[in-house]
Amino acid sequence: MSASQFASASQVQAKRSRRNALRSYLGAYGFMAPAGVLVVIFFLIPVAIILYLSVTNLASSNFTSDLAKMEYIGLRNYETLLNDQFARKIFFNTIFYVLFTLSIFNVSLALIVSLLTTHIDRGAGFVFRALWILPRITSPVVYILIWKRMMAEAPFGILNQFNDWLGTPTYNYIATNPWVFVVVVNGFIGLSFGMIIFTSAIESIPKDLLNASLVDGSSKLQRIRYVILPLIRWPLLFVFTYQTLSLLTSFVEIQLLTDGGPGLYRTEVWSLTAYHRALSNYFGNAQWGYGSAFAVLLVLIGVVLAVIYMRVFRFDELVAEPRVETL
Amino acid sequence: MKVTIDNLTKKFGDVVGVEDLTLHIDDGEFVAFLGPSGCGKTTTLLTLAGIYKPTAGVISFGERIVNQVQPKDRNIGMVFQSYALYPHMTVFQNIAYPLKLKRVAKNIQHERVQQVANVMGIGNLLDRRPGQLSGGQQQRVALGRALVKEPDVLLFDEPLSNLDARLRLTMRGEIKHLQKDLGITSIYVTHDQVEAMTMADRIAVMMGGHLQAFDSPDELYSRPKTQFVAGFVGNPPMNFVSVDVSRSNGAFIAQADSLRLEIGQERGEAPAGYDGAVVMGIRPEDIQISGAGDIAGEIFIVEPLGREDLIDVRVGQHSFLLLASTETQYQTGEQVKLRFDMEKVQFFDPQTEKSILWQQ
Repeated sequence: MSASQFASASQVQAKRSRRNALRSYLGAYGFMAPAGVLVVIFFLIPVAIILYLSVTNLASSNFTSDLAKMEYIGLRNYETLLNDQFARKIFFNTIFYVLFTLSIFNVSLALIVSLLTTHIDRGAGFVFRALWILPRITSPVVYILIWKRMMAEAPFGILNQFNDWLGTPTYNYIATNPWVFVVVVNGFIGLSFGMIIFTSAIESIPKDLLNASLVDGSSKLQRIRYVILPLIRWPLLFVFTYQTLSLLTSFVEIQLLTDGGPGLYRTEVWSLTAYHRALSNYFGNAQWGYGSAFAVLLVLIGVVLAVIYMRVFRFDELVAEPRVETL
Repeated sequence: MKVTIDNLTKKFGDVVGVEDLTLHIDDGEFVAFLGPSGCGKTTTLLTLAGIYKPTAGVISFGERIVNQVQPKDRNIGMVFQSYALYPHMTVFQNIAYPLKLKRVAKNIQHERVQQVANVMGIGNLLDRRPGQLSGGQQQRVALGRALVKEPDVLLFDEPLSNLDARLRLTMRGEIKHLQKDLGITSIYVTHDQVEAMTMADRIAVMMGGHLQAFDSPDELYSRPKTQFVAGFVGNPPMNFVSVDVSRSNGAFIAQADSLRLEIGQERGEAPAGYDGAVVMGIRPEDIQISGAGDIAGEIFIVEPLGREDLIDVRVGQHSFLLLASTETQYQTGEQVKLRFDMEKVQFFDPQTEKSILWQQ
């Protein structure tokens, strides 16, 4: 057999083995296909459309049935955005909203609730956690209505009934303290996510480890500090990261509660602005292109934050493959 | 430290973990809790550790009643089956953890941890994490952690069950040696009767939440007070057969169908006084295959154990396990003669399962 024959033979073999490998992966691709199709249709394509819209002047004011007439205007939407006198305020509103809701409710209180409910009788713990899930499983419209009815002025609001009886003036509490309620109302929903994750993480710590700590001489508080918290580090960072991103994009509750008010943009956040600009502008002028620019920036901020989190928290180390135990 | 358990009961709702347990453990003694799964031995251990609070009864360490004392205030060390090492801490931090909680000065912590680690032979592993250690090394770390605070009582919860057979043998010796060296009162939970027999000064045999016997290994083996103890202690297990014991012409005869055995007076007198059948027990090593034997049987199974063969012999419809030297190659179906050493036979009441020979 000559050298060239040998080479071609090995090439054929390589091709065949590649085809075999492909065939063996076919099953795996088959299983991934439904999810893949959904991601493409409902995420990648919309993102592409938004990206495109953000560099056009598409708006209801210049909208015709002939979409080909919409104009490419380059980065002019972004230019307008950066010069928008309210963009700065909305940006800091967003940071304030995310930071406070996240740190107070979605992480801290979620952790406290799961620690408390795992340190009491199992049944009672379950009941308390079930109660905390109610805000999340209630329809947002109903949930916000409940808050509004509770906080409204007399004779509609329940709390103000007391002011009424006492003869003190009655307020719409949401209008007088909008930020408190934006954070609390969202926090009550956000808490349950971390609570579920933390609780399952705490419950999956082997009983022996928890007992060992007590026998070694720890109090229950010391056990939380030295054993439980370090062992749920991964879920903690996951909830922190995931909830940052989901708070950044959430606006339904704020829209229903204050709609960014009262007054000019007092509780307006970035994602709500994108919605307002693109789909619900005051004078019926929906600026689809301009709103898309807001949305694109939000996606960018989210991606950058996600990457920073992954680096800072070193997620890859936390999910390192466990070593097979040898005797 | 003397450990006294008086009438201890622990219930979980309606489920009884352990009931009316009374045990007095001497200072420096090594006691094994032996029993099958679910017999209440681990429940008792965790109650001693203070993880569970007793439903009723009194537990004292020395003169101090510890029923309501928190685990951290009991000065105990404990070794778990799963080792229960903190995976996020290094070996050093694991062993130092009890000292850290006691607020021992840093430099003394270092000294003590190094000292204990050297005794345990893991002095070179202090900066590793538990995940990087083998099972045997992890077990040594767990022991080190239990010992480092110089506990008054050491508790072991099946510490060797996760190790391979060879390592188990080594660790068995090491733990026993260490315990004798340090003289710390130790309580060792196991379902392995070999472990209990080889290591413990006294064994508490438990079943269904009740104490069956509390005796030295020798006593348990040669004078079992209940049928359960007789069957649980010893490997291969004791043979049991239902017999009628009667006195005829000054001799005592145990009879079951075609099986007819003569018993000496010492062991035959008590069962002969019983109406109806009693349970006779005889250990495999007390039955020999011998040409001079007077019981005819047929070999049913031969199981080679290496040093000897475990042989199942059928006599009528009764079956007996016995041990025979490997030199004679017995074959299935072979007809043999058996000789029973009737000086070593046990008798139990079939209703109460208590020994007829040895009263509690």
